Amino acid sequence: MGMNLKNATFEGWRREDGRMGVRNHVVILPVDDLSNAAAEAVANNIKGALALPHSYGRLQFGADLELHFRTLIGVGRNPNVAGVVVIGIEPGWTGRLVEGIAKSGKPVEGFAIEQNGDINTIASASRAAYRMVKHASRLKKTRAPLEELWVSTKCGESDTTSGLASCPTVGNAFDKLWENGNTLVFGETSEITGGEHLVAARCRTPEIREKFMAMFDRYQRVIEANKTNDLSESQPTKGNIEGGLTTIEEKALGNIQKIGKKCTVDGVLDKAETPTHPGLWFMDSSSAAAEMVTLCAASGFAVHTFPTGQGNVIGNPILPVIKITANPRTQRTMSEHIDLDVTGLLQKRMNMDEAGEALLDCILRTADGELTAAEVLGHREFVMTRLYESA
Amino acid sequence: MTIHFVVHDEGDSVGVVVVEGLKAGQKLTGWIMDQDKMIEFDARSDIPIGHKLAIKPISKGDTIIKYGVDIGRAIADIGAGEHLHVHNVKTKRW
Repeated sequence: MGMNLKNATFEGWRREDGRMGVRNHVVILPVDDLSNAAAEAVANNIKGALALPHSYGRLQFGADLELHFRTLIGVGRNPNVAGVVVIGIEPGWTGRLVEGIAKSGKPVEGFAIEQNGDINTIASASRAAYRMVKHASRLKKTRAPLEELWVSTKCGESDTTSGLASCPTVGNAFDKLWENGNTLVFGETSEITGGEHLVAARCRTPEIREKFMAMFDRYQRVIEANKTNDLSESQPTKGNIEGGLTTIEEKALGNIQKIGKKCTVDGVLDKAETPTHPGLWFMDSSSAAAEMVTLCAASGFAVHTFPTGQGNVIGNPILPVIKITANPRTQRTMSEHIDLDVTGLLQKRMNMDEAGEALLDCILRTADGELTAAEVLGHREFVMTRLYESA
Repeated sequence: MTIHFVVHDEGDSVGVVVVEGLKAGQKLTGWIMDQDKMIEFDARSDIPIGHKLAIKPISKGDTIIKYGVDIGRAIADIGAGEHLHVHNVKTKRW
């Protein structure tokens, strides 16, 4: 095969800030849990508008509140989003979210419920959503080089086949994308445990290595401070153990196969921060699938690769999630959730370069508009990461 | 030819079963990925797909090696060809 990535292109939407998106969503974004009902009513009125209900946004403070806004602003600014209607209970934080998203130059309007009530808010916000859907539908797609596609990764319901084949498939594709100058991210701080020395060795500079280890050590302290016996009830998960994974070390070594053999770790990000240059980034994040994928969307990633062993069914409302499995039982029993079958790797019917190229082909098709299994099945898991309890 | 189990590296203590319905007594063909070598083995337990078998005799307290790296310690003796999982291996972390 031998794909020449320098000549590879995809067709998407060039946004006001220059970024390339591969979906054209109009998002109805609640600031807080109280505004979910109005947001969902607007999305019900206006076909083509997508509500992103979530559980938080009240009485948060400090770093946890900053993360709340960084996540919602990042999701609004994501290039897969054409325009945003923000709805909040009161005008202060509604305005803060609108202002943050407006910096990207894309259309955004905000509506507050107090002194209007749900019904009037829904009417005004529906008119704004109507204008935005009309606007988005007029935008023309343009071609761009593959290097402009931001690709994230995180695996889930992992088993031993993840480490043998589906994670190395992502690693092979990431090596090729990294050499091509793409912007890439991985994370899952707790699931590096047992392989942290291997990730540290891949950091491009001593400064990056120091920041990575500081993030890793910080989370180990969170475990020490909060664990009741050990973390064996959660890491590995019951699904991981059913799939044959025995210890966190074994799981971590499989997990980090996703960063391939050549990539260096070129930078580290706090949760929902946006990369400032191409290369592979580590994001300090939870290993829970919906939280991590939501953070990738907030960081501005346009396509996500998700190896699974036992068959995690996750999707995201704005970030297409490509699922890859090497487990023949999962492929046999849940094929509607799988976008790329690499079971052939375990029987030597396929080699790793062929699997990596099949994944690149799948990434390009997804970027060009082919729907992923999770999109077709309506998986829209949108989960905000919290740092600590509310005030 | 069916590959019944896969080993990452020839220095590893374990292989991963990649077929469904593997029974004790069955003759197994294994593939060592990194060195691209084939090995033969007899299963000594029924082992579900994705689960591991010991490919060498392991004593209680031994470090288990997979990917050429430490993945935990044995809490019981494990014979070659036997099922190796949470009942006889534990993490060294946490």
